[in-house]
Amino acid sequence: MAFHHYVLVCGGTGCVSSKADDLFGELAKALDQEGIRDDVQLVKTGCFGFCEQGPIVKVLPEESFYVGVKPADAAEIVSEHIVKGRQVDRLLYKEEDSKVHAKVDDISFYQKQFRIVLRNCGFIDPENIDEYIARDGYLALERALTGGMTPDDIIEELKESGLRGRGGAGFPTWQKWGFSKAVEADQKYVVCNADEGDPGAYMDRSVLEGDPHSIIEAMAIAGYTCGADTGFVYCRAEYPLAIHRLEVAIKQATEAGLLGDNILGTDFSFTIEIRLGAGAFVCGEETALLASIEGKRGMPIPRPPFPAVKGLWEKPTVINNVETLANIPVIISRGGEWFAKVGTEKSRGTKVFALTGKIKNSGLVEVPMGTTLRDIIYNIGGGIPDGRAFKAVQTGGPSGGVITADYLDTPIDYEHLQELGSIMGSGGMIVMDEDDCMLDVAKFYLEFTVEESCGKCAPCRVGGRKLYNILDRMAKGTAEEEDFGRIEDIGQAMKRASLCGLGQTAPNPVLSVIKYFPEEIGAHVKEGRCPAGVCKGLIQYYIDPEKCIGCTLCARRCPVNVIAGERKEVHVIDQNGCIKCGECFDACKFGAVIRR
Amino acid sequence: MAKMTLDELRKLRESKKKELDLRSPDNKSIHVVVGMGTSGIANGAKKTLQAFVDELSDQGLTNVSVRQVGGMGLDFAEPTVEVAVPEMPTVIYGNVDEEVARKIVRKHILGKQLINEHIYDRPAADIVEGTE
Ligand SMILES: Cc1cc2nc3c(=O)[nH]c(=O)nc-3n(C[C@H](O)[C@H](O)[C@H](O)COP(=O)(O)O)c2cc1C
Repeated sequence: MAFHHYVLVCGGTGCVSSKADDLFGELAKALDQEGIRDDVQLVKTGCFGFCEQGPIVKVLPEESFYVGVKPADAAEIVSEHIVKGRQVDRLLYKEEDSKVHAKVDDISFYQKQFRIVLRNCGFIDPENIDEYIARDGYLALERALTGGMTPDDIIEELKESGLRGRGGAGFPTWQKWGFSKAVEADQKYVVCNADEGDPGAYMDRSVLEGDPHSIIEAMAIAGYTCGADTGFVYCRAEYPLAIHRLEVAIKQATEAGLLGDNILGTDFSFTIEIRLGAGAFVCGEETALLASIEGKRGMPIPRPPFPAVKGLWEKPTVINNVETLANIPVIISRGGEWFAKVGTEKSRGTKVFALTGKIKNSGLVEVPMGTTLRDIIYNIGGGIPDGRAFKAVQTGGPSGGVITADYLDTPIDYEHLQELGSIMGSGGMIVMDEDDCMLDVAKFYLEFTVEESCGKCAPCRVGGRKLYNILDRMAKGTAEEEDFGRIEDIGQAMKRASLCGLGQTAPNPVLSVIKYFPEEIGAHVKEGRCPAGVCKGLIQYYIDPEKCIGCTLCARRCPVNVIAGERKEVHVIDQNGCIKCGECFDACKFGAVIRR
Repeated sequence: MAKMTLDELRKLRESKKKELDLRSPDNKSIHVVVGMGTSGIANGAKKTLQAFVDELSDQGLTNVSVRQVGGMGLDFAEPTVEVAVPEMPTVIYGNVDEEVARKIVRKHILGKQLINEHIYDRPAADIVEGTE
C-alpha cells in the first residue's frame, strides 16, 4: 500500500541540526493524534544543505520546503498541510529579493542552483544518443542548419546572451566566433579545450562524462558559424571515462548523420577527432594546446595573432572551453534573451564550481553568476564540518587567490572576483577552515606552477623558483623582513614579463595571502611561528607529563617509532627523529600531546 | 542507426521524450537510475548497479528498467541513485552501497516505502522540462 504523503525530515546521522530528533517525534505524535499514521510515511533524510536554516521538512508529493521548523510546529504541519491540504506559508522557504536570482520562468530557486551546463548530467545515459535527443538535443543544430539561421544570426544570439568564456579569461564568445568567421581561409578549425589542469576542478570532466553530445552539438554549431569543417577535442589522458564516452558519442552522432558529410541533408559537413594530452598544465593555455595538437612540444607563443585569426596549422581556429560550449545549444534553442536573464549585468548565465575542501556537501554546484559565496558555502554546501570556523575560500586555483570571511556576501562574477585579487578561473573552489595555514596554501600552488612551468621564458622559470624559495624559507622560519619586498618585486616582474598566463598569474596566490592574512604570514617571518600549526619546520610535538597516562596509543601510531615509554608511564617524543606528521596528536584521547 | 533526415530526428525526439519522462503521470514502469561518473564509480557505483540487477532478479521483478547516467554532482553522497515508482514521489538516494541497493528493491520498490537516512535533494529544477 502506498502512502499519500511523505514527510521528510533532514538530519539523519551526524547532523548537528538542532532539534531534528525532537521534531521527528512530535511529527509522529501529531500523525497519531490525527489518526493518519498509516497514510503518511515519516522519513529521515540525508543532508539537504541549508543547515543554518535547519531543521528542514519537505512534504511530498507537493515538494513543499519548510525551513527552521521547530518541534512546536509539527502539529500545524500535520493538521493544516497533511489533513486540510493547506501549506503552512509562514514556514515555507522564501526567496530573499535578489537581483541575480531573476526568476526564469517559474523555476523555484530554493535549491539556489540553476543548471544549464549540467542540465543533462544525471538525467540521461551519456552513451545513448536517443536520450540526449529526447531532451531537446540537436534541436539547436537543427535550428541553425535548417531553420534559416545564418552564421550572423547565431553570433547575434550569442551576443545577446552575453556568454563569456568559462576557461578562465571570460572573453566574450560571440566576439571570438566573429573574429574567426571574418577571416577568409581555405581551412578553419574548432577546438574544444578539455585539458582542465586546475587542481581541484572537474566540471569539464563531468560534462564530458555525463553529457558528451552537448559538446559535439556545440562544436558543430561553431563550425557552421565560423566556416570550419573539422573539430578537435583536446582532453587529458587522465580522463579515460570522459574520453570513452566522447568516443561513443562521436560514433553515434556520425552514424545518425549529425556529424559527417551533409548533416541533416544540408551542405554543411563537420567531423570531430579527439587528441589526448599528457596532463601538463601549460597545455591548457590555448597556444600551447594548439602546438601540442600539431605534434609539437606544448609551449605557448606570444599573442596576437590570436588563434581565432591564426591558430592550428596557422588557420583560423575557434578554441573554447568545455563549459562554454555546453551553454551553446541552450542559447540557440531557447534564445540569447532567455539566457541573459540569468546572472549579473556583465556576467550572464551560470557558473559551475567544484566545491571541495573543508565543506560538508562537496561536489559540483551550478549557480547563477552573482550568487554569493555565503549561499554556495552555507546553503548549498551545508557549511564547514566538525563545527570548525570558516577561514577562506580559494578560487581560480594556481592563478587565483583567497577570499576571506569579510567577503562572503560578495556576488561571485568575473568583475567582483578580480576586484578581490582572485579570478573566476575554471571554477575550483576550495574551502579552508581555521586548521589550514595560508602560507602553506600559497606554497602548494606555487610549487604546482613551478613544476608545471614549461621553462620557455625566464620570468616564469626563474621568478617562480625564486618566489618558491622565499616561501619555503618562511615556512622554515629562516625568512627575513626584506623578503616581503622581494616577493612584491619578483611578483610584479612575473606578471608583466611572462609569456603566457601561467607565469603572469603564478604570483597571485602568494600576493593574495599576504594581502588578506598579513598577521598569519608575518608570524612565520617575525616570530618563527605557524599559527595554524601546519608548517612542519615551525612546530614541535611534545607530551605533557601531567596528562599522559601511559596508554601507549601514540607510540603504537607513530610511523617512525620515535615515541618511547613503558605502559602506564609517561611517554616522550624524540625530537630528532620526529617527522611531525601529527598522528600522535590526533590519536591521544587525553589531550596530552601538545603542539606548539 | 542509419543517417537521419530532419523529419526522423524530430519524430525520434518526440517519441523518446515521453519515454524518458520519469515523473510524468503516464509513466507506468519502474526506473532505477544509477549515477556513473568518475566520482560515482570511485565510490562503488558499479557494485551498486550489479546489486540492483541481482536483487531485482532474485525478487523476480522484470518490469524495472535499470539505467546508467552521468554524475549529478552530489559527490559527498555517491553513489547516487534516482528511483521512480508509479504513484510514488521520485526520489534521489545517496550513499547507496550494495546493501542499500537491495533495501531499495525490497522496501521501496516492493514495499512502497522510502528508505531512512538516504534521501537527498535533487540539486536544481530541471530546465529542459517544459520546453516547447
Ligand atoms: C596556464 C593556463 C592554463 C589554462 N588551462 C585551461 C584549461 O585547462 N581549460 C580551459 O578551458 N582553458 C584553459 N586556459 C585558458 C585558455 O588559454 C583559453 O583562454 C580558453 O580555452 C578559451 O576558451 P573560453 O573562451 O571558452 O574560455 C588556460 C590558460 C592558461 C594561461
